Amino acid sequence: MSGGDIKLVGFLCNWCSYAGADMAGTSRMAQPAEMRIVRLPCTGRINPLLVLKAFQEGADGVLVSGCHPGDCHYNEGNYYARRRLELLSRMMAVYGIEPERFRYTWISASEGARWAETVTSFTETVRPLGRLNLAGSGAEDDGRDQGPASGSRSPAAERQGT
Amino acid sequence: MRIGVFVCQCGTNIAATVSTERVASAAMALRDVVHAESIQYTCSDPGQRTVIAAAHKYALDRVVIAACSPRMHETTFQRTMAQAGINPFMMEMVNIREHCSWIHSDMEVATEKAIDLVSMGVAKVRGQTPLFSSHVPVVGEVLIIGGGVAGIQAALDIADAGMPVTLVEKGPTIGGNMARLDKTFPTLDCSSCILTPRMVEVKHHENIRLMVNSEVEQVRGYIGNFEVDIRKKTTCVDEKKCTGCQICEQKCPSKAPDEFNAGVGETKAISIAFPQAVPLVAVLRKEHCRLFIKGKCGICKKVCPADAVDYEQEDELHTEKFGAIVVATGYELFDWRQAYPHYGGGLYPDVITSMQYERMLSASGPTGGRIQRPSDGAEPKEIVFLSCVGSRDESIGRPLCCKVGCMYIAKQAILTREHIPGSRTYVFYMDIRAGGKGYDEFCRRAQKEAGAVYLRGRVGKIYPRDGKLVVMGADTLVGENVEVEADLVVLATGIDAAAGAGSLAQKLNIPYDQYGFLSESHPKLRPVETTTGGIFLAGACQGSKDIPETVAQASAAAAKVIVLLSHDELETSPMIAEVNHMRCIGCFKCREVCPYHAIEEQGLRDGRRVAVVIESLCQGCGLCNVACPPSVISLRGYTDNQLIEEVTEVLR
Repeated sequence: MSGGDIKLVGFLCNWCSYAGADMAGTSRMAQPAEMRIVRLPCTGRINPLLVLKAFQEGADGVLVSGCHPGDCHYNEGNYYARRRLELLSRMMAVYGIEPERFRYTWISASEGARWAETVTSFTETVRPLGRLNLAGSGAEDDGRDQGPASGSRSPAAERQGT
Repeated sequence: MRIGVFVCQCGTNIAATVSTERVASAAMALRDVVHAESIQYTCSDPGQRTVIAAAHKYALDRVVIAACSPRMHETTFQRTMAQAGINPFMMEMVNIREHCSWIHSDMEVATEKAIDLVSMGVAKVRGQTPLFSSHVPVVGEVLIIGGGVAGIQAALDIADAGMPVTLVEKGPTIGGNMARLDKTFPTLDCSSCILTPRMVEVKHHENIRLMVNSEVEQVRGYIGNFEVDIRKKTTCVDEKKCTGCQICEQKCPSKAPDEFNAGVGETKAISIAFPQAVPLVAVLRKEHCRLFIKGKCGICKKVCPADAVDYEQEDELHTEKFGAIVVATGYELFDWRQAYPHYGGGLYPDVITSMQYERMLSASGPTGGRIQRPSDGAEPKEIVFLSCVGSRDESIGRPLCCKVGCMYIAKQAILTREHIPGSRTYVFYMDIRAGGKGYDEFCRRAQKEAGAVYLRGRVGKIYPRDGKLVVMGADTLVGENVEVEADLVVLATGIDAAAGAGSLAQKLNIPYDQYGFLSESHPKLRPVETTTGGIFLAGACQGSKDIPETVAQASAAAAKVIVLLSHDELETSPMIAEVNHMRCIGCFKCREVCPYHAIEEQGLRDGRRVAVVIESLCQGCGLCNVACPPSVISLRGYTDNQLIEEVTEVLR
């Protein structure tokens, strides 16, 4: 990614939101270009640590999108995801990450327009926040704190080390 | 490790906004990439041959194809890999069309993004290992949900091919909405004359088991091996004993609304929906029955000569196995009353729906084919038809076109002239959509031969005056306001998926839209398949359509089912979970979260109890992968390492 710009990562369920993003593309719905999509079989496959890993590696925003509750391709995967992601979103500030940088949403395969709107609004939310300055992240880090999580090393960084 | 990267131009679909040459040369700089090139149409035969030749020439063991969505062509390129002698799962598709070239206009930006996406694909395929499919047996029976013309057609086609079919219908009879129609456009064929012989054929077919008053309660399993719970609701009538003599209906003292006749007229609490019902069996509706409401009656049981009435009858729950499922749940009319208060919102009895009008036109309907005003029973002379009530109306959030309204209005206008000589019909329309064989000619016939006056414009208000209804609209072609005094107003209401289609879709794990219409897997190339293997769509449950289209789609779905069941065994996806037994701690958290009961406990020789994945049951959702505390379960194709590599690469 070109430096200076923000970097966004999207974890999308193959059965709904990924297909919704496909539909937005087929319908030629213009979207901001910062989003990089990772395809997954289910939002229930998303370990919260993966989201934190993305932030640790330099993502400025992470968007997770799956099937509407009740519509999971695997019956109940998104219920597990919903609990984990809700908890994770409340923990963001603790990690020194503005909560607006993380969002999870439910978008079905038929909601291409909704995907385009979501990407646009998420990008517009994160853009003014600029690059994430996460204390304790990255290999070049020497242990001194500079970011909003002053005083402590990010727990994300510690746990993801394994 | 030798990775080849192929960047598709897709004609100009990708090449117009992404410099595929630049993407290919950037890919060459990535670790382990030994070859990269841009191809005009990678999915074409020469395109695939180019990939195969390069695979041989550069001894590739992994391939990244940057092209359209993997949902479009993943299986295509997996086959290409097999031809090239590479394990099909050592190929990763990168979506630079739907997710890149089609949504961006700046070449620089789109190319940079495409390079990023390719680097993610390369990072992911590095961690990929060869995977091998296994085989599961296929159950040879088929479930069809919905007994309208779509379900009937699919059932007969599949049964004729020699495969056993179970046809489940929610209501007391098959026939669906088509059985309620008087005539069909554009030929004015008598609807029941062409449908009822097919209904009878269903009943007598040796390969079809008909279950009416039944609903699908739960669906488990997967393609080739579904297990379905079907609830057969009590009707208080023994289907095997009832002869359809209707004596119970004649003697029953409890009146009940007539659903089959769209609320025109009344029926009894115990009744047969219509004279040609299949099966011809009475149904008792407890909510209208005096015995169940007041505790005193029992007349039907006394008069039944076949001793078929049984008040103690209970629901039956059947669990059956099927190899494939066809969903044919059809449509229902949009309830216009709340959305259109300016048309009286249901307060004026002489504003009716087109289905109510249709029932009046029918010789076997509640009025015996006589058109009459609900308010006073008089024969109307001036009849106004309104098209697009609940269709193509952004103001109430319903932009969809019902596709059949223009045609059935023309039909009803023609039939009105036959039923009431000297009558005048007016049609307020938006556009006339008559795109079918003989359709446009039919609409002109309504105007020329039946004398229907077509006025282009929406109606703003309907109000009663001196026993008539004043219809205030506009003729936008002349640019004038128009007022018509009508005896009867018929609304061509929009079409929704049948009630409950959404909850059925949830049970089947198939997607649906905001109107409840079920989504096909691909609008052009997979129109009767769903995203869930082994589940197919037929008829208006997928979107509003007319009878010929419905029948064609039902036969298409039947053909797909026959193809599927012509195999004794099916290949299963190898992208499933696997447990590293060396490190499993035997906590069985995985078993708790698995939606498919695909994890079992196994003892090892050293005495440890470990989790084992039952390969034929695992569907590859990855819930266990996340739930496993020591992280020793991996979802093949989406392992923790692969995902971390993918994310790390793009953020580098």
